[in-house]
Amino acid sequence: MNKIFEVPLYAYERSEDQDAPTPVRHPVVVIGAGPIGLAAAIDLAQRDVPVVVLDDNDKVSFGSRAICFAQRPLEILDRLGAGKAMVEKGVEWDVGKVYFDERQVYQFDLMPEAGFQFPAFINLQQYYFEDYLVQRARALQAEGKPIEIRGRNKVEAIGTHDDHVALEIETPEGAYTIEADWLIACDGANSPTRRMLGLDFVGRVFEDNFLIADVVMEADFPTERWFWFDPPFNRGQSALLHKQPDGVWRIDLQLGWDIDKEEEKKPENVIPRLKQMLGDDVEFELEWVSIYTFQCRRMEKFRHGRVLFAGDSAHQVSPFGARGANSGVQDTDNLIWKLKLVMDGHAPEALLDTYNAERVHGADENILNSTRSTDFITPKSEISRVLRDAVLDLSERYEFARPLVNSGRLSVPCTYDGSPLNSADALDGGPHRTRPGSPCPDVPLGEGFLLPLLADRFTLLTIDADAPDGFEEDGIPVTRLALKSTDDTSRALARRYLGDAKSAVYLIRPDQHVAARRDAWNEDLFRAALRRATGKEL
Amino acid sequence: MSDLILTPNIESHDDFYADLLAAHEGLSKAESDAYNARLILILANQIGERDTLRAALDAAKRKG
Ligand SMILES: Cc1cc2nc3c(=O)[nH]c(=O)nc-3n(C[C@H](O)[C@H](O)[C@H](O)COP(=O)(O)OP(=O)(O)OC[C@H]3O[C@@H](n4cnc5c(N)ncnc54)[C@H](O)[C@@H]3O)c2cc1C
Repeated sequence: MNKIFEVPLYAYERSEDQDAPTPVRHPVVVIGAGPIGLAAAIDLAQRDVPVVVLDDNDKVSFGSRAICFAQRPLEILDRLGAGKAMVEKGVEWDVGKVYFDERQVYQFDLMPEAGFQFPAFINLQQYYFEDYLVQRARALQAEGKPIEIRGRNKVEAIGTHDDHVALEIETPEGAYTIEADWLIACDGANSPTRRMLGLDFVGRVFEDNFLIADVVMEADFPTERWFWFDPPFNRGQSALLHKQPDGVWRIDLQLGWDIDKEEEKKPENVIPRLKQMLGDDVEFELEWVSIYTFQCRRMEKFRHGRVLFAGDSAHQVSPFGARGANSGVQDTDNLIWKLKLVMDGHAPEALLDTYNAERVHGADENILNSTRSTDFITPKSEISRVLRDAVLDLSERYEFARPLVNSGRLSVPCTYDGSPLNSADALDGGPHRTRPGSPCPDVPLGEGFLLPLLADRFTLLTIDADAPDGFEEDGIPVTRLALKSTDDTSRALARRYLGDAKSAVYLIRPDQHVAARRDAWNEDLFRAALRRATGKEL
Repeated sequence: MSDLILTPNIESHDDFYADLLAAHEGLSKAESDAYNARLILILANQIGERDTLRAALDAAKRKG
């Protein structure tokens, strides 16, 4: 059995800061070595920004928690040096089956779009994800990059000031204080930072409980996602079976509201339930069991002066649709390049308010989607159940009803429509999917792919268009990537970036979102677009 | 603009209404509710257009 989550990964070690006569000041401190804190720290270190990560624990996430990672986060994690390891270890699946009552009503094949380096999504235990991120942080350290993870360092108090933040930290060897120019709070859904700063976290609690179990079994179930509405083994409720690596299966069983959580969690109560579901003759071992009540909520603002919130500390969604970890990775992807520009004096602090604007938009989209899924899975009134059951009944015979079945909409990246960083779309006939604000879709280019060529900096992507090799504005360099539509024989480049246009020039942000596009190079307009994209026209 | 038709448009309206009642005959309250729900979904799919569906939802809210 896999017990990676019981091994300390970043054991406590005494830091020089603990013996310093006055508090040591750090450029950036991250609270929380969960997936989001680690992603933030790696992104900073890759940009040579010194970062200290504090975590009250010394191990990876207990239990598998997030298991479904979508394409866009995998692309971001590739930029952070962990995406390929995740895909290698992860499980890919295409077929989903939907059951209602005693019968299968239909099955679907995801048929993912071709021409992307990363799959539509993979299943992988969160502890592997965190383990790969810790390994990546260690590799960066070995290269001399300024990243440090301090285990069993619990933040107990936070003092906010105009130009810095002070942190009181408890360790096995007593307390000490440090200061940070910038603090990124990735301390999870119960965020102590949020509490210590007296900030709100409003939203909706769903009056329902789910039993989440990871079981290890040598069953020959195919690698598919099975979802049950109102099955005989869990009447009136739902259930989900999903495969992870190492012969581990994720089982979600809806339990309802009036239950005794501690009772339900006991193996003597869990095992008979699972036997009903899997059949008496299937041998399995329980790896992890937990009971969850779902909430959909977010902070009103993700930036409070020098404190920036990212991941679950800023927003929480129900697990249907796998948007928690996936959206947190997109938070840090949005935040870190902006923070670096502000720290270097190349952009005004107001650029960080666009982190708030863009990621609040992302969080609202995720909350909306996961609320809708939850409302479908657990109807809140008699009539919503009648309608839900009607959809399921019809889905068996009529194809039209299948798209209405909502057992979780898989996470797709957010387009920052209406962001103050976008310039107006000036590419006539350009594809909708690459309008300003969109994340760049990948494209195969010979042996490689487009996205790795766009990473970390501003890029001027030209397709069948002339332009200088690059330009600089206020110390921010832009490098040209010159492509011809014929560079991609599959024509995905033309389909995704030209549409009906003959040529195109794109200004692409360091997080691979489109800032501006037009049919030809125009120096004044692209300089203006760069100023806008770096918060100078706010 | 939505294309919701609120002027008479049902062919042989008396026959249709009789068919609708007949479809519910012999059904319990729960079965009738389920039948209505399936029917709404089938009709909604026939309309398809978001604006028209929205206008229909609004029109149904107004009673007289
Ligand atoms: C059952 C379940 C299933 C899920 N499935 C999915 C899925 O399929 N896909 C998906 O994308 N997401 C999923 N999620 C959500 C996902 O697990 C979270 O979104 C993700 O872990 C959030 O990461 P985080 O880094 O923001 O917070 P966390 O992982 O909660 O990390 C917070 C860290 O902060 C540390 N910390 C807290 N307080 C302090 C303090 N005072 N001082 C120092 N350190 C502190 C903690 O020790 C912890 O390491 C699921 C969640 C659950 C519960």
